[in-house]
Amino acid sequence: MSPLQRMGRWVGQHLVLMGGLLVIVYMFVPIFVVVLMSFNKPKSKLIYRFDSFTLQNWLHPCTDQSMCSALSRSIQIGLLATVVATVLGTLMAFALVRHRFEGRAVANLLVFLPMASPEIVMGSSLLALFVAAGFGGQLGFWTILIAHIMFCLSFVVVTVRARLAGLDNNLEQAAMDLYATEAQTFRRVTLPLVFPGILGAALLSFSLSFDDFIITNLNAGNTTTFPMYVWGVAQRGVPMQVNVVGTVMFLVSIAIVVGAELNRRRQEKALA
Amino acid sequence: MTASTAAAPIAPATPPEQPDRPPARKRKLTGYWLLLPGMLWLAVFFVIPFYSLVATSLYDRTGSVLQGYDMAWQFSNYWHTLDDYWRPLVRSLWYGGLATLICLALGYVLAYAIAFKSGRWKNLMLVLVIAPFFTSFLVRTLSWKLLLRDDGFIVNALQFVHLLGSDGRLLATPVAVIAGLVYNFLPFMVLPLFASIDKIDHRLIEAASDLYSRPIVGFFKVTWPLSLPGVVSGTLLTFIPAVGDYINAELLGSPKQRMIGNVIQSLFTDANDYPAAGALSMMLMLLILAMVLFYVRRAGTEELL
Amino acid sequence: MSQVAEAPEKSGDVGAYEGLRIRSLTKEFASFTAVKSLDLDVPSGSFFALLGPSGCGKTTTLRMVAGLETPTSGSIELSGKDITWDKPYRRPVNTVFQNYALFPHLDIYENVAFGLRRRKSKEVDRSVREMLQLVELESQTRKRPPQLSGGQQQRVALARALINSPEVLLLDEPLGALDLKLRRSMQIEIKRIQTEVGLTFVHVTHDQEEAMTMADTIAVMNQGVIEQMGAPAELYDNPETTFVANFLGQSNLIEVEIRGPEGDFVVVDMQGTLASIPTQRTHVQPTVGEKAWVGIRPEKVLIAEVGASIDAPGNSIPGGVVSDVSFIGVSTQYLVRMPWGQEIQVFEQNTGRRRLFRQGEQVDISWHPEYAFLLDHHQDASAGVDKVDAPS
Repeated sequence: MSPLQRMGRWVGQHLVLMGGLLVIVYMFVPIFVVVLMSFNKPKSKLIYRFDSFTLQNWLHPCTDQSMCSALSRSIQIGLLATVVATVLGTLMAFALVRHRFEGRAVANLLVFLPMASPEIVMGSSLLALFVAAGFGGQLGFWTILIAHIMFCLSFVVVTVRARLAGLDNNLEQAAMDLYATEAQTFRRVTLPLVFPGILGAALLSFSLSFDDFIITNLNAGNTTTFPMYVWGVAQRGVPMQVNVVGTVMFLVSIAIVVGAELNRRRQEKALA
Repeated sequence: MTASTAAAPIAPATPPEQPDRPPARKRKLTGYWLLLPGMLWLAVFFVIPFYSLVATSLYDRTGSVLQGYDMAWQFSNYWHTLDDYWRPLVRSLWYGGLATLICLALGYVLAYAIAFKSGRWKNLMLVLVIAPFFTSFLVRTLSWKLLLRDDGFIVNALQFVHLLGSDGRLLATPVAVIAGLVYNFLPFMVLPLFASIDKIDHRLIEAASDLYSRPIVGFFKVTWPLSLPGVVSGTLLTFIPAVGDYINAELLGSPKQRMIGNVIQSLFTDANDYPAAGALSMMLMLLILAMVLFYVRRAGTEELL
Repeated sequence: MSQVAEAPEKSGDVGAYEGLRIRSLTKEFASFTAVKSLDLDVPSGSFFALLGPSGCGKTTTLRMVAGLETPTSGSIELSGKDITWDKPYRRPVNTVFQNYALFPHLDIYENVAFGLRRRKSKEVDRSVREMLQLVELESQTRKRPPQLSGGQQQRVALARALINSPEVLLLDEPLGALDLKLRRSMQIEIKRIQTEVGLTFVHVTHDQEEAMTMADTIAVMNQGVIEQMGAPAELYDNPETTFVANFLGQSNLIEVEIRGPEGDFVVVDMQGTLASIPTQRTHVQPTVGEKAWVGIRPEKVLIAEVGASIDAPGNSIPGGVVSDVSFIGVSTQYLVRMPWGQEIQVFEQNTGRRRLFRQGEQVDISWHPEYAFLLDHHQDASAGVDKVDAPS
């Protein structure tokens, strides 16, 4: 077999893998731009392209005060929504997996529907409710928070439920058999085993909340979150600090995932 | 043996001193209590709003947010808004559908590669799929705006190979909007597809090739049918948000590419025409529901969740 | 442990039974009755096996003893103390679960220490090390369950339960997930450990060889009731029902008509040949003219050339034709078609003293009367034949 044939064969065998890698590269193209632009010193505010290198954006991220206040508001809302949605959603997941009662089908449907509704519909119906209930003038932090908890809830339920359903029932029975009371069983066996699912759900909630624009925009009144800030400046000229935030978000999420994976491997290695 | 069962009532087999017998009723109630707060939240902030939306869509359009609306049962709102906005509505379905198909093609290759070809890099590749999407949706879309700009690298390259005319452009065209939709909703396609494909026992595919199937036949007779649950949930999870999205149309398109989301949004916030916006929202929801039901029926995968 | 649950009148009970005592235990599920009014005594220190096909109620019984399932009615007593309604963590009973149920988030050491820690034992470390030594896993303490082989996981599960010195150790198909070879060696291992620690073991299995290898006493369960109970040899030699005859080893069941008692024997008409069964092996009323089943184990059937004298007076049956021959090595298995159409199984040891019979050859068969048993004709002759190998 000639080297050329051999190469052709190799390519043939790895065609799918190469295709997959190309798709991943495609997914990273805009990220590359975001990182690059975070070091950009633009000549003009209106033309959005790379002109020259600078560290200024990283050193002075809050040149535009309104961006940083929008950012901190988004983080506050994200954290609050995450806590509430994770707690409520985890309780629901336990109820749905561990308890038999009438009306489970209705509950499951109600959990599923928000995920199957377009954001624009959820956002506009919430707005309709707030206006009808006379809160049309008080749209802001709290209405955003309410909306975020609502759409995060379903994702938490689904994530935790999957983890719980995959849990071997025998483990809890084994704990009870080994003299653990119900409370001890929950603390020593159930919780540690479900915890990765809950943590994953919390991370998902935070990123959903932090990133939401469509529902937020309809129910925010005059309050500005980070995505709304970006939306606003997209028309007027984007400060490069926006890309700094984008880069940091990317790095933090990578750090969390890699950290979790390393931690898992380290544990496995230490035990091997 | 039956005799001793009959004797049970005489010597009560379940005497009153059984303090620890698990009370089935109490367990049942615990389920309700656990469910209650979350369900209340969903009921008040998801179900009731939907009802308000229905009501809003039937208000008299001559009112305003400040003065309040009158309930007029104006079903004509639906006809009038449909008459005014059927173009963006149809365009949304068309863009969303096309974006979903492209996502399916790209996503299937990627999910298949991760599930079957990545070996020990499986976890890493999964992380790589999700990681870009932790960067803000809007910031990423702005990057595409930069990449697709008129004198940008991509446009120049396409002009060079004559796929675009010398004054051709990508921004403010359907191509840019659909490309944006594809990019932004790709993970919603990849993850369910991966979950489905990863579950397929590789020996089934080997068995197919042992039974005289060429790889391509094996794929269509074994892999594809077994991955259908992932295909169904992936397409739904992609199509639904793509149809309702307006960020891509706004940032990458022009008024000619307005989607239904843009219209609803501006009717609410700019025109303050709540009844019309409500009616459009309702129509979008019903349309999607109908399509989903039809699709799920046809695809035959009822166990969506 | 739980003094509260102890009924006051029970404490003065002098003649309390030492061991596990189950009385009219019943478990009904929505659609069927898993266990029907079961009575059982397991003496302290014995190795007891509950043997039966999947779905016979053996696992449900075990789970009720463990407290993982609530009985519909009946009682469970341990050393005279009623534990029927006690929570699992309040009874001195531990279980080795079918798929081990080892905690995946804890290492081997912590898995084994789990029960001791819950009971605030002072000597956790010493006990755990001793126990891991007993099951020969002292080098694996800091590994997690998924890193161990099936056999090792099995031993951890055993150690985790044993370390609590339960009054009764329950084993739910503990070897079901292991391959045949490993299963055989674990059977001997578990038996060794039981002898060493001297605790009561109650072992649930669908594998009759496993039950016979390990247990002192076997209870054969079928459809929620115990069909027969006794030492393995006793059950095998003198089964009382067609189910036991077929489920525990194999049996030839031949339809006969009862002629009546005669001294210590019951005489039956077996398709034209008179045969006699010892009275203590007769498990049916010997009513003259009634039908019954005569059972004989294949290895007890003697086979000979036509007309040759067989060392078994009185029960010789002529007219057989060899329809199948399987040479196994240690033995040869024949199928002999009898004049009335039934095929009789015959196992013959290959002692080398006799030639093999060929297919189609005419033979006589016979057996010693003291090996046969007589069963109720109302019972299904094929009960227990179709052994399902899947664990319940």
